[in-house]
Amino acid sequence: MSATGKRLVGVAICAVVVCVLIGLYIGLYLTTSPGDASAAGVTGSNGTNLYLATVAASELSDPHPSWVSYYAVDAKDQNWHHATTFELPANSLVHVTIYQFDGQSGLRNPFIAQATGIIGGTFGLNGKPTVAIGPDTASHIFAIPQMGVSVPLYGVPDDAKNPCDNAPCPLSTDHETITFTFRTPGKGLYRWQCFVPCAAGSIQGFGGPMQTVGYMDGFIKVV
Amino acid sequence: MNEVNHFRRVALIWLVSSVILTPIVVLAAQGIPPGDGTVQAAGQTTDNGVLLGLSTPVALAVVVFFIYSLIVFRERDAAAVLDGPPVRGHAGVQLWWIVTTTTIVLFLAGYGTVRMLTDGAGGGQGPNPIAKPTSSAAALPVQVIAQQWKFTFRFPTYGGVETNHLEIPANRLIAFHVTSLDVIHSFWAYQLGVKADANPGVDNIAYVQTKNPLTFNIHCAELCGVWHGYMFDTGAVVSGPQFASWIAQQRARFAPATKLLPPYAKQYFPDPQHRGG
Repeated sequence: MSATGKRLVGVAICAVVVCVLIGLYIGLYLTTSPGDASAAGVTGSNGTNLYLATVAASELSDPHPSWVSYYAVDAKDQNWHHATTFELPANSLVHVTIYQFDGQSGLRNPFIAQATGIIGGTFGLNGKPTVAIGPDTASHIFAIPQMGVSVPLYGVPDDAKNPCDNAPCPLSTDHETITFTFRTPGKGLYRWQCFVPCAAGSIQGFGGPMQTVGYMDGFIKVV
Repeated sequence: MNEVNHFRRVALIWLVSSVILTPIVVLAAQGIPPGDGTVQAAGQTTDNGVLLGLSTPVALAVVVFFIYSLIVFRERDAAAVLDGPPVRGHAGVQLWWIVTTTTIVLFLAGYGTVRMLTDGAGGGQGPNPIAKPTSSAAALPVQVIAQQWKFTFRFPTYGGVETNHLEIPANRLIAFHVTSLDVIHSFWAYQLGVKADANPGVDNIAYVQTKNPLTFNIHCAELCGVWHGYMFDTGAVVSGPQFASWIAQQRARFAPATKLLPPYAKQYFPDPQHRGG
């Protein structure tokens, strides 16, 4: 083979290798599910229970101890697990309980102060059936846009006597308890997010934890 | 033996290929998006046909000469490769090329301007549109409110109700008032032929004349953060009675939220948040 031929073969092999690598990169990106740090709902005879908590700041050992965040917890607010990818069964009822320890930030759009996409159209706020809250009293939103689910989370008032600063937060500190039920659709990967500009210290309150999966965003793996 | 007139050959091949391919390209252009779902979308489809129709002969002139040169002027004997004769300009060819392309460009500039000034061509025109369709005063106003990361829609003539999804009536002029509550987004519903930037503090108006019922996609067309790729929805153009029924349902469903909304405004400047950064 001539020198030119060898060069052509070399270039062709390199081109094929590069194309395969690009194809692998795209393929793996499209097929990889997010997050090892996931939490599964606890399924019973009446549906699946999912317990979450929201705090003003992550635990002190976190890489971002000042970032606001969601956590997965158990029914008694124990076993705090820093995960925002939740695994739930398809086509079933999910009963969500959120222990909300953070203060009031206020909504940018008052429209989402009303809950949508949940069974019965109302959620429980410390046991009281509620349709909407005052836009200025919202601390966070738990929204799964692809499912139409959106629930406002009432914030701990500014004059609270015993607020919790960093995760984990015991139930003895000031908090609100929000409960609601929704029905999962078919299998798939769905994203969820908070809609309150609650990221203290970031531009317009929507940077940092608001744009980082693992804090105020995550996925619902419906299996 | 007569010397081959390459220019005449190339011109003939170009002419034949242009006569054959240009109508095919123009016809094919009618089948690509945005379609004819609205007057503006149909206008854009027509414009795409005009642009492609005019550019086809120009592109063919380049491609035909390129391929002809590769075939006819290729030196097959590598040993005979020598430096060729110097390339010199040809005033006649250059003149024709400049005159033709300049004419096409100026025509398209005029054509585009006229088309745009007719009704805005579905584009955002800012708060004071200069290309208003006739009867724009009777248009149904629909406010498109973008935020990270969803669109909501407010209907000032229906009690100021805000909705999660968008439905609009068929055979009706719609005035989209596009704005944002945070960063720059872009409201893009290509089947409607509408695309308008959503800027905080700006009322960006785009007109669309709907035709028959259809389903359309809504996308954000401005990279706006981590969930930009998920900022999409499906909307619908429905019949007048269906729209009346739908909007009545929305007013009842979102009555609690409507009470919490500020009075309708062309844009919103949210109060500083407690921890807005």
